[in-house]
Amino acid sequence: MRLTQGQFSFLPDLSDDDIRVQAQYAIDNGWAVSVEYTDDPHPRNTYWEMWGHPMFDNPDAAAVVFEVNECRKEHGGKYIRVIAFDASPGWESIRMSFIVNRPKDEPGFRVVRQEVDGRAIRYAIESYAVREPEGQRYA
Amino acid sequence: MNDLSDAKTVTGAKRYSAGVMKYAQMGYWEPDYTPKDTDVIALFRITPQDGVDAIEAAAAVAGESSTATWTVVWTDRLTACEKYRAKAYRVDPVPNSQGEFFAYIAYDLDLFEPGSIANLTASIIGNVFGFKPLKALRLEDMRLPVAYVKTFQGPATGIVVERERLNCYGRPLLGATVKPKLGLSGRNYGRVVYEALRGGLDFTKDDENINSQAFMHWRDRFLYCMEAVNRASAATGEVKGTYLNITAGTMEEMYERAEFAKQLGSVVIMIDLVIGYTAIQSMAKWARANDMILHLHRAGHSTYTRQRSHGVSFRVIAKWMRLAGVDHLHAGTVVGKLEGDPATTRGYYDIFREEFNPMALENGIFFDQDWASLNKMMPVASGGIHAGQMHQLLTYLGEDVVLQFGGGTIGHPHGIAAGATANRVALEAMVFARNAGRDIWNEGEDILRDAARTCTPLKQALDTWKDVTFDYASTDAPDFAPTPEVSM
Repeated sequence: MRLTQGQFSFLPDLSDDDIRVQAQYAIDNGWAVSVEYTDDPHPRNTYWEMWGHPMFDNPDAAAVVFEVNECRKEHGGKYIRVIAFDASPGWESIRMSFIVNRPKDEPGFRVVRQEVDGRAIRYAIESYAVREPEGQRYA
Repeated sequence: MNDLSDAKTVTGAKRYSAGVMKYAQMGYWEPDYTPKDTDVIALFRITPQDGVDAIEAAAAVAGESSTATWTVVWTDRLTACEKYRAKAYRVDPVPNSQGEFFAYIAYDLDLFEPGSIANLTASIIGNVFGFKPLKALRLEDMRLPVAYVKTFQGPATGIVVERERLNCYGRPLLGATVKPKLGLSGRNYGRVVYEALRGGLDFTKDDENINSQAFMHWRDRFLYCMEAVNRASAATGEVKGTYLNITAGTMEEMYERAEFAKQLGSVVIMIDLVIGYTAIQSMAKWARANDMILHLHRAGHSTYTRQRSHGVSFRVIAKWMRLAGVDHLHAGTVVGKLEGDPATTRGYYDIFREEFNPMALENGIFFDQDWASLNKMMPVASGGIHAGQMHQLLTYLGEDVVLQFGGGTIGHPHGIAAGATANRVALEAMVFARNAGRDIWNEGEDILRDAARTCTPLKQALDTWKDVTFDYASTDAPDFAPTPEVSM
């Protein structure tokens, strides 16, 4: 499967220049760009690991691409995303999020059904990868 | 024209002698009045009957929507009646519309119960729309003071938290209404939901009249839809939702359906505008208490919003619904099959999404409106739109919107999932291009064609619907055109 979280997962994988262009759009809007990685891509895993703090005072997206590549050196077999934080009133939340790195093999998720009262079913979604301990999940 | 333009309020004992008196002389026309910051202000378009003075007509609307009746009553004198009288304070002829006038009327805040749309509307539109001296009457806009806005909950979830819950940022959300809207069994209905969501949509939607009929009772629909939602979520790793319509004949049944949706893990429920303002406010409270996104389908609104001379403008309905507390509301597409002039639609979208609306006559917004940090509503664009219009949709409607392609997903020649994928690829390519600084309005078709090179379903969608447009004159364009700037 292909994990399709984020803004651009239906497009071909982004090149470093694509990443720079999109990160610069965020910077030009006054948003702080950050790099995060995970080996638990569950749709409700909100907190991916932070690769450093959001780059609040960085005017140049080349620095974001540099950090993405530094992150790839250590976590290249995991998911890496770029996100942008908007601190303006009424938002104070994320305004962009896109995946820039993914494992070679994405085993996906299974649906776990628990049959309960009547015909109702309680659903859980579980990543096949998380059956292994953290750090050993993708090749 | 206005033979009452210097009409004076009659004061003292003469004001209360039994009999009939002009509304403008009873205290409902106060041309020197300056509205207080805490006043509710309503702007009506009035079309007086032939021979009826515009100011007297405006004063009558003020009177009949506040304290007046047709004759003088002495019991007024037991009250602080000057305070409770609504005051027409300004009457302007409508540009280019013979016989129509804009009447500005101010209402003291104490006339209204806090936090009740039913009470507000019972006053403002309760009695006056059938008033004989008027040929027609339309409520065009309202200014809601901060003190009053703060008595309402506002959208249960709001755009920011909705995006956080869905883990979806930086692009419009995508949806589709399940078609055919009537007749599918629960099992077949869930198939459409599954295909559309796994293909790339974020949401699917029940239509307004899908409730609990012989061909599909509501529990069947909910059960099969949630199987589809969870399967699609597992297939994509994304949070998915389907608007489960809980509209029913009684509040008790609606609560029962909402509880079942929650128990099955749905992120969103849906109601129809026809359930009424109080029912909407009740469901908004329920949604806030149960972490549920609340989608409102504006079923029935065109019966009173569409005609320019009579009824209630949709911008007023939008303001009421932001107070009432829904998260999603349909607001037009500009380019699709349903009514929507671009400038007027822009005004609606601003009411949904902004913290503060400055007066913008060219968009039909007559007042500054401070939303006092009430959550923002997500507009929904639905009706006759397809992937080939993506550049126009993103330009007109922006990023915080649900784009709903019903026929434009399900009618794809290679199936529902292919239709969904075409829409998602078109959307992501267009957002990518916009962020990269491209002129999507002019280069949109090239951007789509480039994206279609690596996406066969998009190519098929573009080929199928390339000539479909809905280009009709609007029945509800703004009365004021922007003044062209003169370059010096």
